[in-house]
Amino acid sequence: MINKGSKVLLEVKNLKAEVAGVAGVAGAEILKGVDLTVRAGEVHAIMGINGSGKSTFSKVLAGHPDYTVTGGKATFEGKDLFSLAPEQRARAGIFLAFQYPVEIPGVSNSALLRLAYNTLQTERGLEELDPLEFDDLVQEKIKVVEMDPSFLGRSVNEGFSGGEKKRNEILQMAVLEPKLAILDETDSGLDIDALRIVAKGVKSLLSSDNAVVMVTHYQRLLNYIVPDYVHVMDGGRIVRTGGKELALELEARGYDWLRAAA
Amino acid sequence: MTLTREQCFEQLLLGKAVKSEGWLEQIRLEALEHAEAMNFPSARHDDWRFTDLSPLFLHGFHPVDSFARLTLSDIEKFLIPGAIRLVFIDGCYAAELSDLTQAGSGITVASLVECFGGGCSRDGRSGDHLVEENFGRHAPYKQDAFVALNTNFFEDGAWVSVASELAEPIHLLHVATRREVPSAIYPRCMVVMESSSRATVVEDYVGLDDGIYFSNAVTEVVLKEHAQLQHVRVQREEKNAFHVGHCSVESGRDSVYAAISVALGARLSRHTLHVTQQGEGAEMHLDGLALIAGRQIADTHTRIDHAVPRGKSVQLHKCIADGSAHAIFSGKIMVHAGAVGTDSVQSSRNLLLSDKARIDTQPQLEIFNDDVSCKHGATVGQIDADALFFLKSRGFSEEGARNLLTHAFAAEIIDKIPVPFLVESLGRAILERISGART
Repeated sequence: MINKGSKVLLEVKNLKAEVAGVAGVAGAEILKGVDLTVRAGEVHAIMGINGSGKSTFSKVLAGHPDYTVTGGKATFEGKDLFSLAPEQRARAGIFLAFQYPVEIPGVSNSALLRLAYNTLQTERGLEELDPLEFDDLVQEKIKVVEMDPSFLGRSVNEGFSGGEKKRNEILQMAVLEPKLAILDETDSGLDIDALRIVAKGVKSLLSSDNAVVMVTHYQRLLNYIVPDYVHVMDGGRIVRTGGKELALELEARGYDWLRAAA
Repeated sequence: MTLTREQCFEQLLLGKAVKSEGWLEQIRLEALEHAEAMNFPSARHDDWRFTDLSPLFLHGFHPVDSFARLTLSDIEKFLIPGAIRLVFIDGCYAAELSDLTQAGSGITVASLVECFGGGCSRDGRSGDHLVEENFGRHAPYKQDAFVALNTNFFEDGAWVSVASELAEPIHLLHVATRREVPSAIYPRCMVVMESSSRATVVEDYVGLDDGIYFSNAVTEVVLKEHAQLQHVRVQREEKNAFHVGHCSVESGRDSVYAAISVALGARLSRHTLHVTQQGEGAEMHLDGLALIAGRQIADTHTRIDHAVPRGKSVQLHKCIADGSAHAIFSGKIMVHAGAVGTDSVQSSRNLLLSDKARIDTQPQLEIFNDDVSCKHGATVGQIDADALFFLKSRGFSEEGARNLLTHAFAAEIIDKIPVPFLVESLGRAILERISGART
């Protein structure tokens, strides 16, 4: 929901980044000047073909060590984002749902969620929850993604299907309640039922205090979560910004007309 | 004081003579004879080429002449609730700390010395007779210098014989205390699983104070047909201690032997586990974990001999080394000519936590017939960078994320221990160890 008066959460100006070089060799520049402003309450979609830089953009915002910021700036609630370590960004309220969720054998889903939750509670000066109290909370949250509670006792993502892994990312989002959620191709690899569940889950978490940036290839996720803004990325820049109708136009016409225009 | 290899060994040979009667005295004297002709193995010895024993030679080890008196509160944190328990202090049996109330019919848990005196009869046969049939018949005191020393000098030990199904674990707790001078102690265990029996035995080596001692342990295990044993071994000696342990296992027809060995302690430790499949269709599971830091050295040598048909062995060994620690794993699986239909999987997975740590792993498979299914593999890696970033993106600090991942790597072995109390207490100890190693 667009409300020009609401608080700016994320402000990115002329962001440039490259893949971290190896052994003295400079990496390739992937982001070549990205601008984006996200206010509380807004839903943004970033679309583009493979290699346009949209996944890199989401990873750079989360602080992935494979990328080096070479120019521009970004603030989160007024704080310099790039002066914060990845865990400090998470504690400040940024959440990245991974395109390829990581399997962690030997760490149960419930332990991961509880430890992460309590880290944020401590950061916010609130009481930690013990395992019993936390279980009450997580049993509520798990309904958001229609997940079987037995998944809580299993190792994180180990042996999960593609759809289960993506639902698990959204479960983490539900528990951690970020101010800014960046969903990196959360819709890829999902069948239609899983897509509906994931989309419904995300939608139920939206409020006037938080915001979502969805990085996606396809328009279909946007049928469920209607964006306020659609940005098209190409060659490491945002080349076009519009409303939800831009996504429909992309669906109908492809990306080539925009690339030619850029 | 630095001794030569020979001097250190000779010092051990000067240990206190323990007198026995009859057949046992024969074995002791034979073992001494062999020991006198031997020495500590050097790096030229193939089974010891990665393991530098020289830290051991900094000390002369003396026999324990008077045994410390402890109370239950001294060892409280080690006590497994509900377990049948034998406690040994510096190799000597402590009846007042032991608890045999749960030992029902068909189960004998006693000190070896009591049994040698005929004091633990069962089913009309004298205990001494049962012990004589088995004791000293499996561990190679004629070939191995450490086993020879133990067989001559051991003061007392644990005797476990099970002829029924037992739900409660049997806890064999070997406690080392701090003494005026570095001491040599010789824990000894013998476990006989009669036909179709089932039990869990926990061998537990702990140190009480920060003392220097050399714990040289020998265990023998026999599984008769259809017997099932879960054999847990925990080595959590003091940080300046030395620990060398040898375990020989013979597994009978259709028996199931499951070993879970955990090495956390000691300045230098070595564990040798040799399992021989004696009967057709025997199943052997060997899981192991060595988690060390600082200047620790932990060496695990295992050998499985598939001597007869249809044997199955599954092995997973993990080493985690931090600081400038050095972990060694050598696992040999021998499939002999007659051992057709053998099914064997061996895996060695290792985690290096620092640039100065070192892990040597040597899985070996030797097969002398064609009708087998055997696989083995080894990996050495560091903390997974993707998992580390994922955890940080969920708010974990660098240290918290590394600790969680390291703990998870260890948990795959720890979680297999069929004693919940141990799973929990070892899990906690490991977390403390991991987080303490870097601070």
